[in-house]
Amino acid sequence: MVASPQPASRMQWLFGAMALPRGWRLGAGPVIAAIVLFIIVMLALLAPLIVPHDPMAIDALQRLKGPSETYPLGTDAYGRDVLSRVITGGRVSLFIGISAAVVSVLIGLLIGLVSGFFRTADAIIMRIMDSLMAIPSILLAIALVALNGPSIWSVMGAITIPEIPRVVRLVRSVVLSAREEPYVEAAIALGSSMPKILWQHLMPNTLAPLIVQGTYICASAILTEAILSFLGAGVSTEIPTWGNIMAEGRVYFQLKPSLIFWPGLMLSLCILSINLLGDTARDMLDPRLKKREG
Amino acid sequence: MKFKTRNFDDAPNVLEIEELTVRLAGNETAAPVLDHVSLKIRQGETVCLVGESGSGKSVTSLSVMGLLPKGALVATGGRIGLEGKNLLDLGPQAMRDMRAQKISMIFQEPMTALNPVIRVGDQIEEVLNTHTRLSAKEKKARVLDIMNQVHLPDVERIYRSYPHQLSGGQRQRIMIAMALILEPQLLIADEPTTALDVTTQQQILTLIAELQEKHGTAVLFITHDMGVVAEIADTVHVMKLGKIVEQAPVEQLLRHPQEEYTRELLQAVPSLTPRAARDAPGGEAVLSVSGLQKVYGAHGVFKRSEPTKAATDVNFAIPRGRTLGIVGESGSGKSTVARCIMRLIDPTEGEIRVADHEIATLSRRALQPLRRHIQIVFQDPFRSLNPRWTIGRSLVEGPLNMGTERKAALSRARELLKLVGLPDDAIDRYPHQFSGGQRQRVAIARAIAMEPDVLVADEAVSALDVSVQAQVLDLLDELQQKLGIAILFITHDLRVAAQICDEVVVMQHGRVVEHDSAANVLSAPRHAYTRALIEAAPGRQWDFANFRELQTV
Amino acid sequence: MLGYILRRVLAVIPVMVIVAIFVFLLLRLTPGDPAAIIAGDMATPEQLERIRTSLGLSDPLHEQFITWVGLLMQGELGTSLISSTPVTQMIGQRIWPTVNIAVLTILLSVLIAVPMGVLAAWRHRTWVDYAVMTFSVLGFSIPVFVIGYIFIKIFSIELRWFPVQGYVAPTEDFGKFLSRAILPCLTLATIYVALIARMTRASMLEVLGEDYIRTARAKGVKETVVLFRHALSNAAVPIMTIIGTGFALLIGGVVVTESVFNIPGIGRLTVDAILARDYPVIQGMILLTSGLYVLINLLIDLSYTFFDPRIRY
Repeated sequence: MVASPQPASRMQWLFGAMALPRGWRLGAGPVIAAIVLFIIVMLALLAPLIVPHDPMAIDALQRLKGPSETYPLGTDAYGRDVLSRVITGGRVSLFIGISAAVVSVLIGLLIGLVSGFFRTADAIIMRIMDSLMAIPSILLAIALVALNGPSIWSVMGAITIPEIPRVVRLVRSVVLSAREEPYVEAAIALGSSMPKILWQHLMPNTLAPLIVQGTYICASAILTEAILSFLGAGVSTEIPTWGNIMAEGRVYFQLKPSLIFWPGLMLSLCILSINLLGDTARDMLDPRLKKREG
Repeated sequence: MKFKTRNFDDAPNVLEIEELTVRLAGNETAAPVLDHVSLKIRQGETVCLVGESGSGKSVTSLSVMGLLPKGALVATGGRIGLEGKNLLDLGPQAMRDMRAQKISMIFQEPMTALNPVIRVGDQIEEVLNTHTRLSAKEKKARVLDIMNQVHLPDVERIYRSYPHQLSGGQRQRIMIAMALILEPQLLIADEPTTALDVTTQQQILTLIAELQEKHGTAVLFITHDMGVVAEIADTVHVMKLGKIVEQAPVEQLLRHPQEEYTRELLQAVPSLTPRAARDAPGGEAVLSVSGLQKVYGAHGVFKRSEPTKAATDVNFAIPRGRTLGIVGESGSGKSTVARCIMRLIDPTEGEIRVADHEIATLSRRALQPLRRHIQIVFQDPFRSLNPRWTIGRSLVEGPLNMGTERKAALSRARELLKLVGLPDDAIDRYPHQFSGGQRQRVAIARAIAMEPDVLVADEAVSALDVSVQAQVLDLLDELQQKLGIAILFITHDLRVAAQICDEVVVMQHGRVVEHDSAANVLSAPRHAYTRALIEAAPGRQWDFANFRELQTV
Repeated sequence: MLGYILRRVLAVIPVMVIVAIFVFLLLRLTPGDPAAIIAGDMATPEQLERIRTSLGLSDPLHEQFITWVGLLMQGELGTSLISSTPVTQMIGQRIWPTVNIAVLTILLSVLIAVPMGVLAAWRHRTWVDYAVMTFSVLGFSIPVFVIGYIFIKIFSIELRWFPVQGYVAPTEDFGKFLSRAILPCLTLATIYVALIARMTRASMLEVLGEDYIRTARAKGVKETVVLFRHALSNAAVPIMTIIGTGFALLIGGVVVTESVFNIPGIGRLTVDAILARDYPVIQGMILLTSGLYVLINLLIDLSYTFFDPRIRY
C-alpha cells in the first residue's frame, strides 16, 4: 500500500490528498490559454519599449485611416495609432484585474476566517455581506466616479467591494465544513490554540478554491473596467484602456468597426484565457468530479 | 447453530455468471477488477458473496444490473446468463426492461438511495408506471399491498411521506417493496443492512427471507459480515482481489474452509465470548464521570421544538490499565458521552474527573494544559489526519503544544512509529500514502505521544476490514499493557466489545441501562434491551475462529 | 413552514437597512467635497451652495440621516439636480421598457440555459458537454457591448433582419416591440445563459452521482425520466439561487445594452446621469436595484419550499 516516498511538493501542500481525478489530462485549451495570456501580459509590460508610435500622439492629418504599413491597424478619430493604443491599453486593464483579485481575496479571506470560526461575529458579518452583494457593481462604480471624479481608485474600489462578499462566503463555507473534520477535533484534543488551528489546519483548505475564485475575479474585474470606461464612468479618458478605446470608437462604429473590434478582441482573448485557466484549476480540485469518477 | 440446509439440486438456475471479466476503461494493462468470476444462483437460493473492501463484490452486482459506471469500468469478457439471454449483449432498452421485472437491487445506504424530493409512494409506483399499464386505482392498490407485505405500519400515511420523514429501517423496507413489487426472479442485495442498527438488521434479514420464501426469489446477498452469512446463506462465495477463491455450501465453508484466505477471514471474526477476566483493578480511577447530562437546546425565535436529551445521568469510572466499553445503537448517546468527556462539546451538567482534575466546567484556556491527560482516536482513518501534513508533523503537534522541544518530540515520534508497527521513514510521508489500518495506527501514535492517562476510542475500528480490525485491537491491548493507559472504548459492535473490554456500559436513548463486567453483560444480561442486542447479533452461536459451534461453559 | 417564511421575510429588513446606511455614507464620507466634483470646475459659489442644499449636505450627519431615511420611507428618492423633477417620477416614466426587456431576457435565458446544462451533464465529457462549456466561457469573456455590436453588425447591418436601434412599447405594437427587443434580449441573455447553464451542469453532475439516481436506473426508468424527474428536481435549488444572484449581473448588462441599442429605459437614464453628474438619480437607481435584488432573492428563497420538502423549519 505504501507508495514510494515523494518529496513534499508544493502542489501536494496546496491540494492535500486531492490528487488529480483519474483520466484527467491537461488538454490543449489551457496550454494555449497560458501562452496567449503570457503574450498579452508581456505586451502590456513592455508596451513603452515596443509600441511603434506614441499612443497619445495626435495627428490631425491621419484621422480614421485604414491599415497601412506605418499604421498596421489604422488610426482613430484623432489620428492616433490604434495598434500602439491597443497594446498600451492592456496595462490598466491587467493592473485593475490583478489588484482587484488580490485585494478582494485577501480581505475576503480574513473576514471569512473570522466569520467561519466565531459564531457570534458570523451573523452580523453575513448580514453585511448580503447587503454588499445586493449593490450592483456597475452602479456602485458609477456613483463613486460621480462623487470622486474618474480615477483608477474609484474603479478599483467599485469592482472590489461587491466581490468581497463572494470570497467571504466561499472561505466561510470551506471553514465550516473543514472544522467538522476529525483531524481538526484531534488538534483541539491535542491542545492546539484556536488561532493556530484556524491558520494551520483550516486556512490551507481555502487556498486552492481561492486561487480559482481569484482568477474569476480577475477576469470579471477586467470586464467591468471595460464596461465602465465604455459608459464614460471609468478611468480618465486620456489614459488608453481597452474600454476607453472602444468608447471613443462607438461614434464611428458603422464607419469603422475595427476601432471596437481590435480592443474588443484583445480584451476577450485576455478574459477568455484567464477564465480557461481558472476552469482548469477548478477541474483539478473539484471533489465532485473525483467522486463521480473515483 | 442452525444453518440452512435446503437442497437446490433440482432447482433451475436463475443466474449464471461465467468467466466474467471487468477492467478499468481504457486500461488493458492494469490488473482486472473482476478476473474470470463464475457463479450461479438457483431458484429460491440465497448466495452470499463475501470479501473485504476492494474485493470486487459490488462490481459483480453492478455488472449484473448493467449499472457499471460509464467510462470507468467495462465488462471485457464472459457471460451473464439470465433466462437464456446474455445480459452483456442487451441494448439499453432491453436491459431497462429486465430491471425490476427480472432482476432488482437494493443498496447499502437507505438514507441516500431514495429520492429526497419525491413521495415514497410515488417512487414505488414509478416501477409500475415504467413496466406495466395498469389503471391508477390498480397501481395504488398494488403499491399499498406490497407496502403491507414489507410490514410497514400505517401504509396510507407512509405512502404520502417523503423519505426524510421515515427511519432507516422503514426506508430499507420501501427499497425492498420497490424491488419486489414486480416479483423478479433475482434480488441483488448489496450490503443492505450494513448501515442499519443490529436490531433493525435482524428485522430486515427476516423480512428478506420471508419474502424469498413467499415468491421463490433467488437472492444474491453481498456482505462483509460473516455473522450475516452464517445466518442467511445457502451457498457462500469468498472473493479476494477480483477473484472467487472458494465456494461451498454455508456449513461446509464455515466448518471446513479449504483456502488459507477463507481461514484467515474467519479467524479474524471477533468472538462474542468475552475475554478472560483480568486481575481486579489496583488503584484509583483515572477517569470518572458522574451525573453527566447533555441537552441540545432548542432556542431561536421561530423554532419551536423540544430540547433533546442526548445523554442523561451517565456515571462510570475507569481505573488505570483497564478498558471500559460503551455499547449502543445509533442515537444511544454513546458518542455524545465521548465528545463531552473530550470537551469537544460542553456537557450541560455533571462532573468529569480526569487524573484528579475536574474538567467539565473548565474554560478552554484552563483546559488546554490538561488536554494531555486524555486523548481520542476517531472512526474514519481517512479524515482523522490532516492530508496536508506529514505524519511527523501530525505526531509532534501535541507535544509541541505542551512545550516539548521539536527535536525531542521528533525522536519520540520515531519511537512511537516503531511502537505502533510502522517503519520510521513514515515520518516524512503523507497520509494518502498509507492504508486505512496504517493511518489508524498513526492516529493512535499521535494520541499516545501525549502520554495520556486515558485514551478514548470512538468507533476506532468500525471502518476497518475484519483482519485489520483484529490487528488494531491487538495493538491497543499491547499498548495498554506497556503503558498502563485506561481505555474508553465506544462501539456499536458487541463482538468487538467482547474482545477488548473489562467492563461494559450499555446505553439506550441517552441513558445507561446496564453496567457490569463484560462477562456478565454478555453472558447474563439483565436488561431486556441488552438481551435484544445480543440476540440480534447475527451468527452468535457460531465460533468462527475455531470453525465450530460456540462451546458454552 | 410559516415560521420559515416569516424568518426569511424578517431577515430582509437588516439587509435593506445596511444597504441604506451604505448608500447614505457613500455621499457623506467621500473625501473632498462631492458637491464641488458634481458641480464641475466652472461652478460658481452659488451653484455649489444650491447643490449642497439639494443633496442635504448642510446639516450635521445624524440629522441628515434622519431626514434622509424619513424621505426614503415615504418613497422619496430625492430630486434631480438638472431637471429638478423627483427621481421617483423620472424612474417611473422610464421603467417599463427596462422591465419588458428584462423579463423577456430572464424567460429566454432560463428556457435556453437549463436544457443546455442538463444535456451537458448527461453527455459529460462528450462534444456536447465541451460545446456548452465553450459557449459558457465565451459568454463570460466577451463584454456585453461587444456582443451587442457584433449582433447589430451581423443581423441589422449585414442581414437587415432587425432595425438597428430603438424601442416600441409592446402595448403599442407587439410585432414591432419583438423585432426591436430581440437583439437586446439576446445580447443581455448571453452572460446570463452562460451563468445558468454552467450552474445547471455543475449541479446536475453532482446529483447524477447520487445513490437515488442509481436506484432510479435500477428500476429500469427511462433516461429522460431519470434526468428531468429525478435529477433536475434535486438540482433545482442551486440553479434558482444563481438565477437570483445573477440578477446583479443583469442590472449591469441592462445599463450597457440600453445604451448600445438606444432603448429609453432606466439604464439609459443612469448613463445620462453620469454625463450630467446627476447624483440623486444614480443614488435612486442604486436603492431601487438593490431593493429589487433583495426582493427577487427573497422570492427565490421562498420558492425552495416548493422544490425541496425538507425545507420546512
